[in-house]
Formats: sequence, C-alpha cells, structure tokens
Amino acid sequence: MLGEGILKGLAETAKNFAGSFVSEDRLTTVEYPEQRIPTAEAARVFPFLVYDGTDWEKGLRCVACQICEKECPPKCIYIEKSKDKKPDYVGKMQIYPARFDIDVSVCMSCQICVEVCPFEAIKMDTEFELSTSDRFGGLLFDREQLAKSNEHYHKIHPTEASEVDARLAEEKAKVEAKAKAAAAAAAAKAAAPAASVTAPVKSESTPAAGAPKAAEAAAAKPMAQTTTAAKAADAALNAPAAPSGKPAPASTEPPKTAAPDAGSKTSGE
Amino acid sequence: MSFVFWLVAALTVAGGLAAVLLKNLVHCALALTVAFAGLAMLFLQLDAQFAGFAQILVYIGAVAILVVFAILLTRSSETPKGAGIFSRTWGAGLVIAAAVFAVIGWAVLQSGAGLPHETGVPSVSVQQIGNALMGRYVLPLEIVALLLTAALIGAVIVAMHEKDGAK
Amino acid sequence: MTEKADQLFVLLKDWLVSFLPGNWQGVAGVILGVIGIAAIYPTLFALAVLMERKGLGRMQNRIGPNRVGPFGVLQPIADAIKSLTKEDVVPVNADKTVHFLAPVVLVVVAFMGFAVLPAGRNMVLVDMDASLLFYFAMGASTEVSIFMAGWSSRNKYSLLGAMRAVAQMISYEVPLLLSSVVIVMMTGSLSLVKIVEVQHHYTWGFPHWYILTPWGLAAFVMYAIAATAETNRSPFDLPEGESELVAGYFTEYSGFKFALFFLGEYLGMLSISGLGTTLFLGGWSAPFSFLEWVPSWIWFFSKVMLSITVLIWVRGTLPRLRQDQLMNFAWKFVLPMTLLNLGVAALWRFMGEGWLRWIVCSAILIVVYVVAGRTEMRRKHFGPRSYRYAE
Repeated sequence: MLGEGILKGLAETAKNFAGSFVSEDRLTTVEYPEQRIPTAEAARVFPFLVYDGTDWEKGLRCVACQICEKECPPKCIYIEKSKDKKPDYVGKMQIYPARFDIDVSVCMSCQICVEVCPFEAIKMDTEFELSTSDRFGGLLFDREQLAKSNEHYHKIHPTEASEVDARLAEEKAKVEAKAKAAAAAAAAKAAAPAASVTAPVKSESTPAAGAPKAAEAAAAKPMAQTTTAAKAADAALNAPAAPSGKPAPASTEPPKTAAPDAGSKTSGE
Repeated sequence: MSFVFWLVAALTVAGGLAAVLLKNLVHCALALTVAFAGLAMLFLQLDAQFAGFAQILVYIGAVAILVVFAILLTRSSETPKGAGIFSRTWGAGLVIAAAVFAVIGWAVLQSGAGLPHETGVPSVSVQQIGNALMGRYVLPLEIVALLLTAALIGAVIVAMHEKDGAK
Repeated sequence: MTEKADQLFVLLKDWLVSFLPGNWQGVAGVILGVIGIAAIYPTLFALAVLMERKGLGRMQNRIGPNRVGPFGVLQPIADAIKSLTKEDVVPVNADKTVHFLAPVVLVVVAFMGFAVLPAGRNMVLVDMDASLLFYFAMGASTEVSIFMAGWSSRNKYSLLGAMRAVAQMISYEVPLLLSSVVIVMMTGSLSLVKIVEVQHHYTWGFPHWYILTPWGLAAFVMYAIAATAETNRSPFDLPEGESELVAGYFTEYSGFKFALFFLGEYLGMLSISGLGTTLFLGGWSAPFSFLEWVPSWIWFFSKVMLSITVLIWVRGTLPRLRQDQLMNFAWKFVLPMTLLNLGVAALWRFMGEGWLRWIVCSAILIVVYVVAGRTEMRRKHFGPRSYRYAE
C-alpha cells in the first residue's frame, strides 16, 4: 500500500532515536578527546629511532649508513655522521649519527625508511597528536626527540618488536659463537706452534715456521686484515685446517707472533 | 485623503514609473510587483479585505512570478545595447496614453459627484462576496472557470506540441 | 487562578498599556503584541534549530553538538555569533540592490504570517474577517523573495535552484489551499479565531478537532505534505539541497544574510505548523475536557513544537525526491485527492448527524486512496529510454 514504506522508515528512525539513549552499540560516536579508539597494531604515523637499554646515546641502533636518507621519497631525513665510533649491540665499533633530523611535516608515512634499514634502527611510531603552534621548527624532530626506547617499541608494536628482538638476539648469538670458536681455535693454535717449536719436525726458526703458515694463511684466506685479534686468530685457525688435517695443538703465543709476521708477509705480497 | 493614502499612492506611482523607466527587464518586473503591493494596500485602506488579499495572493504570488518566468525563459536578461528607454514610436504612445488618461479621468470625475461620503461606505464581508458569487454572479463565475481551464489545457498542449515538433 | 495564567500575556499587555493616555492605547497595544511576537518566535526558532541538530543526530546514531553549554544547549548562540561575524561576500557581478533586499523580504513576509495566528484565548495580534486569506497571501509572497535571491546572484546554479524552488512552491500551493478550503467550508468562515472557537467543543471528553474526522485526517495528511514542500524541507529540499547545486538559491550568501535566510526558512516552518495546528489540531484548545486548566498558550506552542518534531523526524527518515517525481506527485496524486476530499466533506455535511456518515466517508477515502496508490506503485515498464536534448 502506498505510504507503508514511509511508516516503516519512520518506525526505524524512532527506534534509532530511542535506542541511542539506551544501548551503547546503537550510538557509535566516540567523544574525542575524552574517549579514544585504540589504534591498530600495524598503525604507522611518523618514524622514530630505537635505542636499546637505558642510555639513548649509547644504545642507539642507528649507524648513520644514510640508506634511509637516500631512499626517503620527500627527502625529509637529514643525517650527519659522527667522527668517533661507539660499540653496537654485538660489540663492534660503529659510527653513529651526530645529527638525525626528520621533518615530520614533510614525512608522508610511507615506511620506506623502515623497510630499507638493515640495522632495525628506525621504526614507525603511532603518535599523531603532534599539533604545534610553531610553524617552522615545531615539527622538525632532532635526534633526541626521535630516540625512543625498545620498551616503547614493544609497547606499540609487540609482535614486530618481539620478531626484531629475536632476530637481533640470533645474530648476536651467532657472532658470539663465532668469537668463542675463534677464541678456542686461537687458544688451540697457540698451543700447537708451541708444540711444533719443541717438535723436531718443525724446528726451523719461528719466522720460517711462520712463513709457510703465513703463506698458507695468505693462500687460504687472502682477506683484508682487521685490527681485532679474533679475526687474526680466525685466519691462523683456517690456514692449517684447510689444506690438511694436521694435528694442531695450538697455543696462544706463536699465533700472536705469527700474526704480525703473516700480516707483514701478506702485505709484502 | 489621509497621510497613509498619499504615502501608498506615491509608492504605487513610483513602482509603476520604475516599471517603465528601468533598463533591466527583471528590475522592471520587480518594480511592477511593488506597484501591485501598493494597489493591495489601497484596497485594504478602503476596507476591502478580500480584494486586497486576493490581489496579493494572485498578482504578487502568481502573476509577477509568471511575468518573471516569461522574461527569463524567452529572452536573455542582458540589457539590449544601444536602445534607449524610449522606443521609436514614442509620439504615438504619448498620444494614446493621454487619451486613455482623459477617458478614465472624465469617468472618475463624473461619478465623483454621486459618491457618498467616506463614513457611509458599507463594509463588505467575505460572506457577502461569497453569497453574491454563488447567487447573482454564478454564471460569470462558471464561464471564467471554463475560460481558465481552457487556457490551462491550451498551455499544456502548446508546450507538448513544441517538444514533439522539435523532435 | 488558571484564568489568570491563561490570560497572563493579555493582562500584562493591558497593565503596561494603562500607563499611556487614552488615544495612544490602541497603537501601544499593537506594538506590544508585535514585540511579543518578535521575541517569542525567534526563541522558538533557536529551540527548533537545537532540536533539529540533536534530534537528527540521535536518529542517525550519533550525538549532536554537545560542546557548547551543557548538552550543547547553547549551540544556537554560537551559530548566531558565527553568522554575525562572518565576512559578507557579495559577488562582483551580482545585482547589489536585489541581492540585499531578498533576505529582507523573506524575513518580513515570514514574520507577517504570525500576525494572524491565535496563540491562545484572546491572544491574536490582528483579528480579521479574512485572516486565512491574508496568511496565504503572505505565503505566496515568499516565492518572490526566493526568485530574487536566485536571480540576483548571477550564478547559473543559483538561478536553476531558484526556478526549481518557485516551481515546487507554486505547484504545492494548490493542494495547500484546497486542503484548507475544506476546513473553511465546514466552519463557514475564513477567520482563524472562529475556526479555533468551533473546534473548542467537547463530546464525551473528546474534542471536536477537525483531524478527528475522516475528511479532516485526509486533509491534514495532504496539508502536511504540501507544507513540507512549501517550506522546502526534506524530502522536498532539492532546491536547497546541500549536496546538489551547492546550496541552491542561497549559494552566494554568507554571514548575516545567510543567517536571515536560515531564520526565514525556520520561521516559515514554525508559521505553517502554527497554521496547521489552528486549522486541524484545534489551535489553543486542550485535548481532553479535563485538561482545560492548563493555559491555552501552552497547548498551542506544544502542538507547534510537536509538528516541528514530526517535520524533523520526516527529514531524518526520507531520501530526497527528484524534481519530476515531486511535481508528478503534486499534480497527479495530491491535487485529485484534495478535490475528492472536498466532495467527501460536502457529503459529510449533507448526510446529517449519526454513525453512517463516518462509515461512508471513511470508506470512500480509503478505497480511493488504496486504488490510486496501487496505480502509482504499479511497476513501470522500463523500456529503452528516450532522451530529449536541449535545442
């Protein structure tokens, strides 16, 4: 019948009107800023720098590789490298950013900087209530404003943060395992040349004993020398292991003397 | 001839003059509306309530709108260039206007002698008008109704024919 | 006591007027009445705006404005301050005089309509013999102002909106008048005071309101439809549609002039509700005879605000009608029904008292309504569309 639809519609609207006073799910308004809807876990607004531990300068993960600065589409990141170095999470000495500015008014929240960072140093924050009355400097965040702790990262993106932490812990464990094995090999190597010095087979002078070792070291691992003792011990360990299964009761002393020799020999070649 | 009468009469005459003297055609139509309103107020001043309100309802509410629609739908509202207010045949127009004014003035002055004084004017109520329309004047009423219906149907047919003809 | 409360405003006016010498008293009384109207109806306008925003919000499952004042009751004041302090932008090509006069004419004409509404016992500003005709004359003058607004902006879209609005108002003017004519016929007078007095009788506690008769109910429904269209209210608000044509005929208005248009529109709503109350709902008379002790003006304003509530309710429910649907509805359905209603009312009068006339008249109206409804709602044949292009 004509008009029936109108009456049904009026009844529906009246139900809405009355229901909005009574039941919560009819009234879907969220009275911001007194009430807030929690953001989703994958929400992203603007980047921040993660630091481990309690000291933001010491624990900053960023090594100023400038990949995010180059990849940022609107070029809102500005990095200046430092002159000195500080140890990173595995203990290796890395440079760090002396200046890391992000102009948040330019940032378009594309997350590319997060995707390309190899050091899990920059992540997306979820805070959006950043309005300020300072037109020019108010939205330019410097290093200190950007650095937020790993606990904060865990709070806003729990699953991501756990994943990242697991990965970093794994890498750290690998590096530590390598270091331990290198240390063990270096200890064994130190014992071996000492044994070989006393043994009549290898009774040449230390430089001579060092020379084939150094030659083998050079042949087996012609790699660039690093300043760490662990890496030198690594090379010394690999050299005898590669060609033959010589018993190598290593001792720490001859590899140390062999190292500068091996170094001088390789650099000589 | 009270002060109110002179005021309303001045308004009506001003509206009428503006309706012929203004350049923009829609302005002229609006000035005509003012003249209609002045006429309605004169009717009301003479205590002819029905005539006054019917004047507003019909003339301002319908005829003025009709005039404006006709202007807007048939020609552009831009002022024609180069044409002055007076047309080329203004002499003949002046003569005819003077003749009409003379006839009406003579009629008014002739009947002025027979008019009763202001205090004796009978007040006509709407009921009396209704009774007269349904009693004494029912034939003119029906003929006018037929005429208006014919005009309405004719307008619809003319409009429809235009659309069919244009196709 | 109730007599005093009922005649409160009349007694107040008499007391104030008594301070003046004899021949100034009439004029002073009228001026006081005008001041009363100018004070009460804009307050009701503010209340209506507030009800609309909060009510529409609740109907749409959201809270309306609630920041200004407790529960947002001071929102109209904030709106007023905003309108008054906004910059008044007039387009360069606009016709300045007409652009200025259009909202003025609208508000003047809207206020004039209140002069004849009886707001309570002995509380009408002007008691004329033909007051209903005066009211409709003022309503017809609104169209001129809308046209002026649309044309003077020199904006094609405003002009189009104004044309649509005027066409809509003219076509719904006829059903409005015809449904009121039924009331006039049954009362025998055009005077609104007399119409309310006739409805002020009670039988077994029930009042003699015209809405409680079959032809009165039909006339009320058609009056309501026509009134919604006359004031350009949803679902007939295509001319001022906020998502069509920007804002229709008041696109080019800002600041105070826009506020005047807004005021004029809501005053039109209030005054047409007032007229509907007077004609159909018994004006200032109480619903039941035992409720007579409540002052009459309270009944009148309650009924007016109830009508406003229904208008807001309908706005929140129905989608907008297209222009051709609107016009079809007016000329092809509402107008024939009003004519039929006229005949049924005459039949009612000639059948004399008794229960038979109720049955016969109701039967005729219902049967015709259902049959006409079926033909309107019959599935139209969706053949290939033929387009008419502009020449």
